[in-house]
Amino acid sequence: MSAAGLSATRPSSGLTATLQHARHVITENPVTGLAFALFLLLVMTAILGPSLVPYDPLATDSSASLRPPSARHWFGTDQLGRDIFSRVVVATRLDMIIAVTSVAVVFAAGGLAGIAAGYFGGWTDRIVGRLADTIMAFPLFVLAMGIVAALGNTVTNIVIATAVVNFPLYARLARAEANIRRDAGFVMAARLSGNTDLRILLFHIMPNILPIMVVQMSLTMGYAILNAAGLSFIGLGVRPPTPEWGIMVAEGAAGIISGEWWVALFPGLTLMGAVFCFNLLGDGVRDIVDPQRRT
Amino acid sequence: MQRRTFLTLATGLAAPAIHSQAHAQARNDTLLIVSESGPNNLDIHGIGTNVPGYEVSWNCYDRLITHGMKTGPNGTPYYDRDKLVPELAEDMAIGDMSVTFKLRRDATFQDGTPVKAADVKWSLDRAVSVGGFPTFQMKAGSLEKAEQFVVVDDHTVRVDFLRKDRLTIPDLAVIVPCIVNSGLVQKNATQNDPWGLEYTKQNTAGSGAYKVTKWTPGTEVILERNDTWKGGTLPKIRRVIWRMVPSSGNRRALLQRGDADISYDLPAKDFAEMKTAGKLTLVSTPYSNGIQYIGMNVTKPPFDNPKIRQAVAYAIPYDKIMEVVLFGLGRPMFGKTGGPTEVAWPQAHPFNTNLDRARALLAEAGMADGFDTTLSFDLGFADVNEPICILLQESLGKIGIRATLNKIPGSNWRTELNKKVMPLYTNVFSGWLDYPEYFFFWCYHGQNSVFNTMSYKSPAMDGLIDGARMAAANNDVATYDRDVRGFVDLAFTDLPRIPLYQPYVNVAMQPNISGYQYWFHRRLDYRSLAKA
Amino acid sequence: MRVARQIGQRLVTALPSVAGVIVVTFLLTRILPGDTAAYFAGPAATPAAIEEIRARLGLDQPLPVQFLHYVGDLARGDFGASLTTGQPVLADITARLPASAELVLVALVLAVAIAVPLGIVAALKERSMIDHACRVVATAGVSLPVFFTGLLLVYVFYYILGWAPSPLGRLDVFASAPPTASGFFLIDTLLAGDVETFRATLAQLALPAATLAIFALAPIARMTRGAMLSVLGSDFVRTARAAGLSPGTVVMGYAFRNAVLPVITTLGMVFSFLLGASVLVEKVFAWPGIGSYAVEALIASDYAPVQGFVLVMAVLYLLLNLCIDILYGLIDPRVRIDA
Repeated sequence: MSAAGLSATRPSSGLTATLQHARHVITENPVTGLAFALFLLLVMTAILGPSLVPYDPLATDSSASLRPPSARHWFGTDQLGRDIFSRVVVATRLDMIIAVTSVAVVFAAGGLAGIAAGYFGGWTDRIVGRLADTIMAFPLFVLAMGIVAALGNTVTNIVIATAVVNFPLYARLARAEANIRRDAGFVMAARLSGNTDLRILLFHIMPNILPIMVVQMSLTMGYAILNAAGLSFIGLGVRPPTPEWGIMVAEGAAGIISGEWWVALFPGLTLMGAVFCFNLLGDGVRDIVDPQRRT
Repeated sequence: MQRRTFLTLATGLAAPAIHSQAHAQARNDTLLIVSESGPNNLDIHGIGTNVPGYEVSWNCYDRLITHGMKTGPNGTPYYDRDKLVPELAEDMAIGDMSVTFKLRRDATFQDGTPVKAADVKWSLDRAVSVGGFPTFQMKAGSLEKAEQFVVVDDHTVRVDFLRKDRLTIPDLAVIVPCIVNSGLVQKNATQNDPWGLEYTKQNTAGSGAYKVTKWTPGTEVILERNDTWKGGTLPKIRRVIWRMVPSSGNRRALLQRGDADISYDLPAKDFAEMKTAGKLTLVSTPYSNGIQYIGMNVTKPPFDNPKIRQAVAYAIPYDKIMEVVLFGLGRPMFGKTGGPTEVAWPQAHPFNTNLDRARALLAEAGMADGFDTTLSFDLGFADVNEPICILLQESLGKIGIRATLNKIPGSNWRTELNKKVMPLYTNVFSGWLDYPEYFFFWCYHGQNSVFNTMSYKSPAMDGLIDGARMAAANNDVATYDRDVRGFVDLAFTDLPRIPLYQPYVNVAMQPNISGYQYWFHRRLDYRSLAKA
Repeated sequence: MRVARQIGQRLVTALPSVAGVIVVTFLLTRILPGDTAAYFAGPAATPAAIEEIRARLGLDQPLPVQFLHYVGDLARGDFGASLTTGQPVLADITARLPASAELVLVALVLAVAIAVPLGIVAALKERSMIDHACRVVATAGVSLPVFFTGLLLVYVFYYILGWAPSPLGRLDVFASAPPTASGFFLIDTLLAGDVETFRATLAQLALPAATLAIFALAPIARMTRGAMLSVLGSDFVRTARAAGLSPGTVVMGYAFRNAVLPVITTLGMVFSFLLGASVLVEKVFAWPGIGSYAVEALIASDYAPVQGFVLVMAVLYLLLNLCIDILYGLIDPRVRIDA
């Protein structure tokens, strides 16, 4: 029994423990493992993709219009002769940006509003509650459509629309969590040691609710992309000729009947894969963060 | 065509025989039309009536005169611009400054009331008084004041001319001057609505071959034949069901499975593919007097410099557009090589894709480094406009012109055009009256109508256009020909707009449908159709 | 009656939300890019003519004045008229609402019929391959854009297999609608004793309802599974099992009854979520519902229908949430609706 052997079995703490637990969860549940791997792939594609694609995603070629998948064009070409594989890969960056920014905005806005409502109560609570109720009273997709139609179809506005539509959900979640922790020991301690309310909100409460919200955030990422696709179907999506999965699916949708299945299928499958990944990721993250709340 | 329902399959029950027979019977004397959108008003005189509403008006109301048929460029029956035949009027006597119509004695409205001269006057007065598009169209043929329409006796009407205008009589054959049952409509008029527009919005009150029996806005229009129609041979189709189906993929599926009879607003790609498949009858006819073009606002630099405009003309990827946007379903209006200018419109211009020439012209104009601009288009016709603009944007990029695409919702397009601030855009214009001077008057004349989207003002051009119109009114063929050639040449030198192609009207029908005719309004005329 | 008073209280507290909806919709539609005056003036109007029509329609007034007019009209039941259909908005909405409601309800029933058993089985066989498979299937359904699923179903079941009828709306072109009693064709045809049309209606409903149902599977299955899991681990279930009751009785008689509450709350959320998704499904299937009505109006910058639609929806959600709370209270006596 050497000292080395003893120290090897000493239980670690903090970050290492979380990582060990994470590894356990990922390897135990194959679906979650798959989701994490897929997510990594998406991030890598978003970062490296545009520099590695075989064709310029914007280059048209009228002699190669609507070709089915082949060795030259792995995913085939669209009506203007553009290579679909290159477009799908390059679109990853834009869609990941849409997903991540939407979630960041709604977390910041909804989260902050929610914890303020839960922490202060009173009028703050009532105002945030009314705001959330008003938004919830709209059929959410129509509200998103209205915002984009009114403000113009740019990526910024699509992100804003998604954030507005999801605001009530985040505000409610954050409010519930803040309410629970309002009188917790660590908050009282922070108050006693002279922290302003804002500091308490931002640096003490917010970090504690983050794990709970992360599950919802991964679902919202999927929703953001689906929302962009739905808007594209009505003509309110991103501006052409920007490649984006949703608008590619919307444009290729009519081609399903006429037999040009590849124009919609490949972006569609990629979109589905990404949303799928985000949804399952949410489950996996929850299992890591809070195993008691597993559903 | 077997149609088993989802559930009968599951339950294993078959539909009773009586039901199928009733269905079969109903199918054979009914025509099922599917289109993306439908009418918002059954009366062309209504406020804000949309284009599908014109189709209802055409088929449910008669006019004094109509056009005869000739054989068109593709072998389809085509309306004959120069041959006017009686419809409600059985005789037309053209005087020096007026024209007199004798009405048919046996013509009746759909409710049985006889058609009288008073009805004609009331209807024509209505057309020039309601404002909006109908009044505008009447004005295009110098029909502007109610005083021009005179009741001579119960069956005779005279139309006085304000000035000599070749277009006056053809203008009486377009959709707008339809004859309305004034008695019936006036009974339903109110003080606020003296012309009874609210009533005719929901009810057809004419003497035409069909009447609307049911209208569910946004869903369907059902029309039934008027068996007492006197305006021509009784139509073969007894009933027309016109259904709105927003998804173009579904419209195509319906046609290909035989569940719909006619559709004509499918994307070019679908038409081209269905043509190759050969199972349906596809008819493509060029728009009369219609052109899709690239327009430039000549008051907005740098498009005020003709060299820049010509550079753009050399930069357009014409062949690409014809191939991947239209799939060949359009008549090219570019690349004319040699030959004299014709006395005709639309006509091709001599420019073709030549990026080197384009760059040279830009350099000559002092813009060798290119410039930034926006390229706008109407989202309402995104099918065609969007790919054209994407291709153009790419091509302009190659010569240094960086264009950002600007999608404008259909409802806003007219307003934007009216403002006349867009520097570069694509648009389509076509006129019901198929005369070159008509097109040029609205699109190139310094009177700067809303259709002169380029804000183009040239005294030389005005002189030629006015000259042509005057010559036409006076039957001076030599001057007319000279002036028409003149204004076409000037249009291709100054080049405020660059014609791309003459669009096609593409109609897809089941093989057992016959009798399709092309009309200037490009909508369907149910009266000639038959179903075998 | 205490329940009536509680309902009244709930309605009163919801009024600010409805007011908020009215204001927001009004503002939103005024920012929409289209120009109503230009539309009415016609395609050839001069700027002067457009201005004249703008004045006539009262659109040149300052916004607060226009808002007061709007609220005044609303109070009289005048929702304005639609430019695209040419009809009064209220008439359009009353005609089209049953179509959407019927579609969404049938989709919901279908989704529940599939998702709830799925969730129960997944909970019973936790962590097994079946559990994973259920999760994957349910998530897959919600990962595709809903219009894509719809078009795919049309392609496979109508175009290729010919099993489904043509996607032409609620009824086959040559069938006639039953006499209007509720507006729900399924009910009206049965009331009129017209079995043929009933079957035809069901057939037309199949594909669009399936499209929506696929979308609703995930949340319902997930919630059922979660609720069942937590209930199955509770003391009284353990007692029931220990007491020797058959597995069927334990699961359905005891566990499920208690798990059903959170599932019902989810149903309410899913219903309103489906009403939003139905907008796209209606476009694909040419369904004459309010969803497609609102979308067409929005694209055409025809704001009266959009305002009317949003207002009607807001009131509907309000009533729906109220019903769910009452239902909740009935099922679980420990819950009161003002909790």
